[in-house]
Amino acid sequence: MSLNHGAILKAGSSINNKTGNWRNTKPVYKHDKCTGCTTCERICPEGVIYQEEKKKFNVDLDYCKGCGICAEECPVKDIDMVSEEK
Amino acid sequence: MKKYIEGSMAVAEAVTLCKPNVISAYPITPQTHIVEDLSQMYADGVFKGQFVNVESEFSAASVCLGASVTGARAYTATTSQGLLLMSEVLFNIAGMRLPIVLTCANRAISAPINIWTDHSDAMALRDSGFIQLYAENNQEAADLHYQAYKIAEDKSVRLPVMVNMDGFTLTHSFEPIDMPTQEEVDAFLPSYKPEHYLDVKHPMSFGSMVGEDGYMEVRHYLEEAMNNAMPVIEKVSKEFQQKFGRNYGIFIDTYKMEDAETVIVAMGSVIGTIKDSIDLMRKNGIKVGLMKVRTFRPFPKKAIADCLKNIKNVIVIDRASSVGAGGILAGEIRAAFYGNTTVPHVNSYIVGLGGRDITIKTITDIVGGFANVKVQDSQFVELDKKYMQFGEDYLKTV
Repeated sequence: MSLNHGAILKAGSSINNKTGNWRNTKPVYKHDKCTGCTTCERICPEGVIYQEEKKKFNVDLDYCKGCGICAEECPVKDIDMVSEEK
Repeated sequence: MKKYIEGSMAVAEAVTLCKPNVISAYPITPQTHIVEDLSQMYADGVFKGQFVNVESEFSAASVCLGASVTGARAYTATTSQGLLLMSEVLFNIAGMRLPIVLTCANRAISAPINIWTDHSDAMALRDSGFIQLYAENNQEAADLHYQAYKIAEDKSVRLPVMVNMDGFTLTHSFEPIDMPTQEEVDAFLPSYKPEHYLDVKHPMSFGSMVGEDGYMEVRHYLEEAMNNAMPVIEKVSKEFQQKFGRNYGIFIDTYKMEDAETVIVAMGSVIGTIKDSIDLMRKNGIKVGLMKVRTFRPFPKKAIADCLKNIKNVIVIDRASSVGAGGILAGEIRAAFYGNTTVPHVNSYIVGLGGRDITIKTITDIVGGFANVKVQDSQFVELDKKYMQFGEDYLKTV
């Protein structure tokens, strides 16, 4: 991405900043006890959790920073934070 | 037309002639009269832009930043603690390449609290990316504002400019000032036409996050812009001289440099006192001259090294100190000679902090006491022993 002098960009530029590489642990959905309460989707500070089916959510790992709030707040503990090692 | 007015009024009128769209400032001594005069002109309908009242300098700078990204010409003024409170925003203004003009009525920084003049405030912001120009008198202070906008808004520069004028010594003193007409200023300073600005029809993002992949390149552009400012400052100064007939030097100015063996280097209102001191010393056969630094950022290394290359002794008068490193101007003057084969003796003197009077005697004593030896540390001049007993006694106990 080429940057101009003041790093002034066209709107929507944050899509280029794939913040997923800031992550240490990633949320993994067990897709087991989910009640479809939507808490994880609503409290995600990055807005990268999305609903796939009525009781099935997932996360866009290109942008998830791995903060773990979704796993902490899930009322039925259906999300695990898993260490990522490469 | 010449008017007998206060320095602050001259600046306020000069700013109004530059037709900024937005002014936002918070009053602080000794800048207060500038803002007071501008708000009076706003109330009287003389200044036709927006005057935004705010609750702090941080907000004043933020309003100017916001105004500037919408494509407005913006102006603010402050000093000392106010400048420090603005500082986070000022770095952003420079980084976003917004051509805002700020008048700094130079004043000391707390503690101890002190409202009188020195250059500590502007020097603390020397690495911010602001172009810094220093006025010698009120005519120059007023004239620098017309030039400041033209330099700031040049497409190869696009940097904010800080116009520095010594608090009280300049801001509160009355002098006959030649004020140009609106037509003359309009012919010199065209209206501001930015390439990028916030517009709902064409959304842009200012101050975007740039990671380790591009930050360094954008900061490099900033350095480049400062270098680009050099020829622009030269061009604008020359055009100003052509149109208005006044010339203050471009990056530096000199006084009685022919045959000078010792040269005094300084910035700001002390220049007048130094010129008088030089006249006096020359009557007594002392070959002394003056180099005034008018443009401090970008720092005119080449102009300075060329000007001083054949000089034996250089005396740098600093009205600020980098605590732990000494005179700031002196350090940069010394660095300007790096790589040269002949280097003058550069001695550094800290004078006039917190409004301490710098008299002709101060200057002649410094020149008279100048030993022909290289002294690396900066020397504080005219320290008053009667204030130092407690401090010295305490040091004996530790």
